Formats: sequence, C-alpha cells, structure tokens
Amino acid sequence: MLEAQIHVTLKRSVLDPQGDTVKSALATLGFPAVEDCRVGKFLVLRLTERDPARAKRQVEEMCRKLLANPVIEDYVFQIHEVSE
Amino acid sequence: MKFGVLIFPGTWSHQDFGHVFRDVLKVDWGYVWHKDTSVAGYGCLILPGGFAHGDYLRCGAIARFSPIMDAVIQFARDGGPVMGSCNGFQILCEAGLLPGALLRNDSLQYRCRWVHIRAESTETPFTRTVRKGQALKIPISHGEGRYSADPGMLARLRANDQVIFRYSTPDGAITDEANPNGALENIAGICNESRNILGLMPHPERASETLLGSEDGRLLFDSVLDHLVGVR
Repeated sequence: MLEAQIHVTLKRSVLDPQGDTVKSALATLGFPAVEDCRVGKFLVLRLTERDPARAKRQVEEMCRKLLANPVIEDYVFQIHEVSE
Repeated sequence: MKFGVLIFPGTWSHQDFGHVFRDVLKVDWGYVWHKDTSVAGYGCLILPGGFAHGDYLRCGAIARFSPIMDAVIQFARDGGPVMGSCNGFQILCEAGLLPGALLRNDSLQYRCRWVHIRAESTETPFTRTVRKGQALKIPISHGEGRYSADPGMLARLRANDQVIFRYSTPDGAITDEANPNGALENIAGICNESRNILGLMPHPERASETLLGSEDGRLLFDSVLDHLVGVR
C-alpha cells in the first residue's frame, strides 16, 4: 500500500507569529541556537492507488485544490510503500 | 427583495443577521442551508461568521466545497450582491471569489472588541450610503483575521480601488495601534474586481441598533436595499 506524507508550511514571505513564539519559548528554555522556527501541518494519507506515478499526480492535485492554500502556503510530499 | 443568510455547520452569526432583517430592518429574509443547491428568489446573499465545518484544515477551506457554494458562485458571477463577514470573508477567499487569505492574528489571541473601520471606497452595493472616509464603529470577533496578499495581489487591489475598509482610529487615522490583528495595510474589508462581493472581518450585524452601542453597521444593509431598489 502507498502512503503519502505531506508537509504544509507558511510561505517564507508570510509572517508566522506562532513560529516566532515557539522560537522565543525555546530560547527561554535554554536553546538559543534556534535561529528560526516555522509551524506547519503534517498530513499522512494511505492510498488505495497502487501506481506511484498516478498517486503522485493525485496527491499533487489534492494539495493544490484543498490541502494547501497557494496564496499563503507551500507544500512538499513524499510517497512510499507501507505494509497493509 | 429577500436576504438569504447561509448556514454551514458551525456558523454562529446567522441569528444575529436574522434579527437585524426581521426586527430592525423589517425586510424579507430566509436561511439557506449549506446542503441546498439553489439560491433562487434571493436578491442578496450573506455568509455569516462562525466556524464553518469547525475551521478544520484552514478557516473556510471545507465550507467552499459545501453543495450551496456552486449556486453562490453562479449568483456572484451574475452580479448578485454577496457579503461575507468574519468566517464568511474567510470562505469567500478560500472559494477564490475574493483575493488573498486570512491568517492567525499577529497577537495569536482571539480579539473580541469594538474597532473603527474607515470607508476607503463607496463604490460597492454595500457602501453606497456610507461617506467616503467615514469611520464606522463595528465590533470584531476573530482569531484569524490578519489579511494577507502577495505584492501582485496588493497592487491590483490598490489599482482597482478594491480595498473597501481599513482599521482606523475613531477619527479615521490609519495607525498601527488601530490595527487589531496585524492585517496588511490595516485592511479590514475588500471587494472583488466586479465590486458586487464584499468581504470584511468586522460584524455589521452586531452594530445595527443603538441599543447595542452603534448602528453604523446598518449602513451596509441600507446600502444594499437602496442599491437593489435602484437595480429594479
């Protein structure tokens, strides 16, 4: 079975106050080495599609149409085989 | 002329709009359920605030696929006046009917309070009885109202006079202090290029009678009534 792992993050040009807050919390905790933090979403889809090329096209379309908003977000995904 | 007030699962401001139409303006109106597929008979559509479909994934992202949205999009393409307030504005952006997106407030906090918004353009069905430059006192109530658009979109909004409201001081000055959510250029409301669709974060339905502290929001409804009489 194929599984898609999708990361959706705010575009670099978009201010991420949540990421900034996490970064300053990490600094307060004693981790000043964090230069930047961006908070995003991680989605895992198990697919009934067995052909990797077709699965890739479908996930691409899912990201464009629903899972990410192209105005503010970027996405990357990987598709790999998992046991049923 | 009949107002149609859309209800999605999780919408919460529909009764406030209903109250304004029934008890304050005393006009014809009705609810439209998100699984309906027709808006026949309505002269103006309202997408109220709330948390449609739980705001899951992103605010408005799921609502745009509700069955009623095809009819809303067709109604808007035919020039029908459509107003989205708060979550309704978010849905209109996700549906591609308005440009840009609404992000988490820069404070990361939910903001529920009175604000002033300055009318930047009166050239929409919802602002024709508003004076250009007039600062309206209307409340906001949202956690994700930071308007965002890329530089190309912003340039087009400016060039086409599509910015309708900006957060301002009571006397109409545009300042950082008056901006409750970090919105780009204090933008509180915009319209589409054809000018018949208005999206705004504030809640005009909560400011339509003096008992509630302001009736400035009523100007938007009076405007669209005036507009539709003119159309007929």
